[in-house]
Amino acid sequence: MGQMIKVGMADLKICKAPDALTTIGLGSCIGIAIYDPSTKISGLAHIMLPDSTAIRNNSNIAKFADTGIQKLYDDMIKAGANKARMVAKIAGGAKMFEMPGGAASGINVGDRNAEASRAMLKKLGVKLVAEDCGLNFGRTVELYSETGEYYIKAVGKPVKII
Amino acid sequence: MLTLNEVNEKYFDVLKEIGNIGAGNATTAIANMLGLRIDMSVPEVAFLPVEELGGAIGAEDEIIVGIMLGVEEDIDGSMMFLMDMQSAHHIVNKLMMRPDDYSEPFDEMDLSAIKEVGNIIAGSYLSALSGLTNLTIAPSVPFVAVDMAAAILSVPAVQFGIFGDNALMINTEFSDDLGIKGHFILMPEEDSYAKILTALGIPV
Repeated sequence: MGQMIKVGMADLKICKAPDALTTIGLGSCIGIAIYDPSTKISGLAHIMLPDSTAIRNNSNIAKFADTGIQKLYDDMIKAGANKARMVAKIAGGAKMFEMPGGAASGINVGDRNAEASRAMLKKLGVKLVAEDCGLNFGRTVELYSETGEYYIKAVGKPVKII
Repeated sequence: MLTLNEVNEKYFDVLKEIGNIGAGNATTAIANMLGLRIDMSVPEVAFLPVEELGGAIGAEDEIIVGIMLGVEEDIDGSMMFLMDMQSAHHIVNKLMMRPDDYSEPFDEMDLSAIKEVGNIIAGSYLSALSGLTNLTIAPSVPFVAVDMAAAILSVPAVQFGIFGDNALMINTEFSDDLGIKGHFILMPEEDSYAKILTALGIPV
């Protein structure tokens, strides 16, 4: 295996084989992994919020599902990924605290993040092949460009590979 | 209207004062509860980019305890109190009268005890805020999570991220024989910032 490249919160990166991408401790955020098996070009975005148009403060495009996934897709195409072959896997979108929360608050944002991520992938024509979203625990994810395997690690749970 | 970043700068000193008084109140309350003499360090207020919040109190994948409460009445929002596992075990062992090296995973009773501690600490900070502003502020029931720091801190990161680029956190150290390190985050809804600042006589 090559290098393990870290993707921060509200951040996105792409890599080529044999490198891998990781983001640590996804809570309500979503880790969107896009993979092209023909070139092994891989991308991972760690988005925090569903919709950049709903928020005034939207300069960091990696923070939002709509603009973040678009940028990840564009970067991968630019790097030579094959549009028709790209597939996506998503993880995260947990509800860390069982708080009741109104629509305006960020407390139940996990479900909306997952929904917005699915919608954006669909809009770009990237097939969503697997997901591990929701529930009430944090997830660390790793995307391996050699295989396209997406590892999901949670506290006290066996590693899940999707 | 000020941006949240500008509001936060004004808010910084206020939060420090809330931290001082609140931690003082909390120290007294916890000392009474545990029957210990507890000293408190002068709290620090950290003002940091939202993206860095996940790693602000230690490694991103370190398991920590987070207690979250809603804030109601004159202002709306939520608040969080965070402790490392060692501090949480220490408090629970004191409360449950167990030996201090006991470190089995928390059971339901332990989690209730942690919630209660969170309640007391949150209440202490809120009464400090309430006293300074003359606003009526009440906490909701507490919720607890034991998980990776980055996952727990993603909750306040999202709250702050909706309005701005920075987050504010009060770091306090309560020390008795072993030491409890805690971090407090107050997350008002956007219009509640204005209410707090106005109540303090700071023009918004």
